Amino acid sequence: MTKKSKTKTPEQKQYEQLGKKHEIKRPILRNCIVSFLVGGTICVIGQAISFFYMYFFDFTEQTSGNPTVATLIFISMLLTGFGVYDRLGQFAGAGSAVPVTGFGNAVISAAIEHKTEGFVQGVGGNMFKLAGTVLLFGVFSAFVVAIIHTVVGMLGGL
Amino acid sequence: MLAMFFWAFVVGGFICVIGQLIMDLGKVTPGHALSILVVVGAILDGLGLYEPLLDFAGAGASVPITSFGNSLTHGALQEAEQHGLIGVITGMFEVTSSGVSAAIIFAFIGALLFRSRG
Repeated sequence: MTKKSKTKTPEQKQYEQLGKKHEIKRPILRNCIVSFLVGGTICVIGQAISFFYMYFFDFTEQTSGNPTVATLIFISMLLTGFGVYDRLGQFAGAGSAVPVTGFGNAVISAAIEHKTEGFVQGVGGNMFKLAGTVLLFGVFSAFVVAIIHTVVGMLGGL
Repeated sequence: MLAMFFWAFVVGGFICVIGQLIMDLGKVTPGHALSILVVVGAILDGLGLYEPLLDFAGAGASVPITSFGNSLTHGALQEAEQHGLIGVITGMFEVTSSGVSAAIIFAFIGALLFRSRG
């Protein structure tokens, strides 16, 4: 235990095997079915909202996505505030995390959770604690893709 | 119209299953899975493949987080067409501003209204 060695002692190996034996197997099939149903349902709700914006306001099929996303995030604010979304998240896994409501939930739950630390240091500073990674990788990958696309376009390719 | 609901359900559910598989098979956190999906969405738009999916599946493609990557790239490319490379920076949030601003505004309102439950 004193020296850091790369090779594991027999005891450690035994312990690892013991740990593996008692590791909870992820019920992959069940998870996939549940997240398919929940995720699909959220998208159907989104589709209904975007039809609403198309018929009652001046949005086209292309632009109706924007108010739909904002509405869904508003709904997820209410559900997060009343503690419904977190329960849904435990049950549905990616089905509730992948739709944009999951992004909203990540921002909103972080904001509510850190309210006790004050509005500047707590809410302001921690709002993007969970969702920041999505923003970072989204923006940076979009930057790289757009640069490549533009440069290739300038060179007359594609 | 009914077909649109059906395809929104199937495609949206399918994207969620991909996210679930990344989490379960890759043994990573939801944050990792979402980051991967966003990057995939950005790349798909760069290849011009996300727009047909949006036409086909409607909210099934615009509600999952992949569409966030798609619309970031889309705004950047739109602006880049007019202003060249500098447009990549200035146009980045042009299309997707509603999602980010809604998240910030409603998160603050939520923090005003609700308190965390232990």
